[in-house]
Amino acid sequence: MKIGIYPGCSLTGSAREYNQSVIAIAEAFGIDIEQIPDWNCCGATAAHNLNKDLSLALPARILTSAEKHGLFEVVVPCAACYSRLMTTKHELDHDPVKRNKISEIIEADYQGKVQILNVIEFIDKYITPKLDDKIKRKFNNKIACYYGCLLVRPAKILKYDRAEDPQSMDTVMLKLGAEPLQWNRKVECCGAGLTMAKTEIVAKLSGTIIEDAQHQGAEAIIVACPMCHANLDMRRKSINSVLGKKIDIPVIYITQAIGWALGMDDKKLEFFRHFVPVNITVKEVSV
Amino acid sequence: MGFSEHHSTGLSGEIIEQTGVHVEKCYQCGKCSAGCPLSDEMDYPPSLLLRMIQTGDKELEEKVLKSYTIWLCLSCEMCYQRCPMEIDIPTLCDYLRSRSIEKGHINPKAKNIVKFHKAFLNSIKNTGRLYELGMIANFKFSSMKLFQDADLAPAMISKGKLHFLPEKIKDTAQIKRIFNKTISKKVK
Repeated sequence: MKIGIYPGCSLTGSAREYNQSVIAIAEAFGIDIEQIPDWNCCGATAAHNLNKDLSLALPARILTSAEKHGLFEVVVPCAACYSRLMTTKHELDHDPVKRNKISEIIEADYQGKVQILNVIEFIDKYITPKLDDKIKRKFNNKIACYYGCLLVRPAKILKYDRAEDPQSMDTVMLKLGAEPLQWNRKVECCGAGLTMAKTEIVAKLSGTIIEDAQHQGAEAIIVACPMCHANLDMRRKSINSVLGKKIDIPVIYITQAIGWALGMDDKKLEFFRHFVPVNITVKEVSV
Repeated sequence: MGFSEHHSTGLSGEIIEQTGVHVEKCYQCGKCSAGCPLSDEMDYPPSLLLRMIQTGDKELEEKVLKSYTIWLCLSCEMCYQRCPMEIDIPTLCDYLRSRSIEKGHINPKAKNIVKFHKAFLNSIKNTGRLYELGMIANFKFSSMKLFQDADLAPAMISKGKLHFLPEKIKDTAQIKRIFNKTISKKVK
């Protein structure tokens, strides 16, 4: 069966290594994934901050295009896009008046037939069952899984993991040999939406996250969101200057972590695009 | 008697009608303000904002629409997740922001936040997808924050994280029509 993928804008630019690693592990497991044809931006924070109808219409156009092309299961690696698509689906599936209004705006009949998966749901469903046989090397690191906001909240709409202390990424990392830590900032906000308009606030919020990870002894932070990655990795210099110390804990996408365990090299996983250098210690190697 | 039968006039009633959010359910436990990552940066923490709406006082309602709070809200959904009355504060803030724009009440401290959102949407309107480099340039000029993150963009370029040219979708005309039928009617 073909699975649709909605990369979203970040994954074509600032988070292209995330996109590469999603595709790389899908290929390694023989999963057929196809981009939703002619996909548009989900509208992100900007659309729902300024106009409700626009914030529903843009994701509805994406979902309708998936339906039209027979992609009834779609993975959305960006947590922010995932949130917008899930919110739109929730609102349109539960409100026929809204559904008709938005269908009129996008000039297409939104059917509500698409099932949306975040990246960890995708991993749990298609990768985890066959993971053990393919692992070539294991992590020898203590890691902090950082979920951020939109992967888990609001639980009422997403119905995914535990909202206050999610475990799904920790479970995957445990399989890869790593030691997932208990820490306090798992679901705190990094400041995503204000990353350019209020950089000082973002540095402060992201700083508390990085500092807690360090305090608990993390050697890497594992993420599943390009906004979280951008703020924790690309903005590290300004975070460190706010904190008044140099913290060099790398930030790794969960899909890069899986790819690394499968034995993929830097060229494939594109760690070279990160601002904070990635160092992983190998625990054991199996041939 | 249902909640909707109380305070259904003024801003509070308008919010129920437009969003289905019942501000009158709030009993001021303060969990939202405790969990909000930006409470201490706001002029009114979320629970106070709700209380101001509850009073139905015209002056306070205007202060709500002129507040910095509604623009600082990150939509991180922490308040909604923890609210014992399940009041969807992020959706409330979305609505208050759109009303604030329509009434010309945007808080002066929030001007750059609005400029950023507009630069972002302008980029999508033209190409259907976000053109990060173009959006950054557009925002920098409109906000006059030319030297903010001066070293970040070149580093992103050297790491191949920014496109030099925008990615255009095929049906950009349809995206323009979507904008014309929604936001372009209201926001100039």
